[in-house]
Amino acid sequence: MNGRVIPIEVAGGGGKSAAFEYLTTRKDELVGWARKFSIFPYPFVTACCAMEFMAVSSSPYDTDRFGAALPRFSPRQADLLMVVGTVTHKQAPILLKVWEQMCEPKWVMAFGVCATSGGFYQNYAAVPGIDRIVPVDVYIPGCPPRPETVIDGIMQLQDKIARSQHLIVNDRF
Amino acid sequence: MTTYGADILDRVKERFGQAGAPVEHAILVLAFAPGEIGAAARALRDEFGFELLLDVTAVDWPDRDPRFDVVWHFYATRNRVRVRVKTAVALSDPVVPSLTALYGSAAIMERECHDMYGIGFEGNADLRPILLYEGFVGHPLRKDYPKRQEQPLVPYREEAKP
Repeated sequence: MNGRVIPIEVAGGGGKSAAFEYLTTRKDELVGWARKFSIFPYPFVTACCAMEFMAVSSSPYDTDRFGAALPRFSPRQADLLMVVGTVTHKQAPILLKVWEQMCEPKWVMAFGVCATSGGFYQNYAAVPGIDRIVPVDVYIPGCPPRPETVIDGIMQLQDKIARSQHLIVNDRF
Repeated sequence: MTTYGADILDRVKERFGQAGAPVEHAILVLAFAPGEIGAAARALRDEFGFELLLDVTAVDWPDRDPRFDVVWHFYATRNRVRVRVKTAVALSDPVVPSLTALYGSAAIMERECHDMYGIGFEGNADLRPILLYEGFVGHPLRKDYPKRQEQPLVPYREEAKP
């Protein structure tokens, strides 16, 4: 992507005294910066990892610091599908339907070992890793993961969003 | 007539002619032939106050003939005692009478037992899968069901196939 000058209006700047009137950046960096701080998670919560999800999203650890505070309980309003807990074969069609209903851009987080690999449920009932069903962007190990691990996962996802190309198709980009 | 008292288990043993019935894991175990289960459960409920059916399950003994034990647990709420009832059925005809006429809760527990072990319950009209799904082949808690055999409902993504 070539460099491009994007005019920025500085609110309240007013004429020559404004601190700056133009910002030079790359489109992908700007969009990535905006997107990585406005992750709206959809918690697909199926099992005991939910307790850890509550701990990490509420005040002591506070995912709001990373812009990922507001769970959306409609997949149509969410960017990040957080699969928190074991997914069974019986549940897999529901997971796929939720993922299909999310609008682009969308990311998927496998929260805990069960979502990552099935964990110790290597049997007739459990899906051995949700990446069999939907593409996964970040895997978080742990049974359950420590809140620090989850925050590390969110930050790695933010890095991934910041580094990736953001295809916006309209008359300006 | 309902009979209460501390000696309830002794009288249960006497009633069924099983004086030597063992106590395993702190619960009295009564063994019956499959055909006697209905009458035994009715007697336990009506004569001794075992009005709560706690569980219906089975045990698979792969090297034994008959291969399965079907197990019921009953609880007498006023005496606070439990009793375990067992019967053995063979792989060729794994059918026992249903207790749905005596205990409404039996309907769902028998469905689960049918899912997991393939035990038939004569008299239970609704043995559709309850924990498994339509189209599941086999009974996963039988010992000969391969431990890691999967029957996915959603086709796996190409890039994720093991």
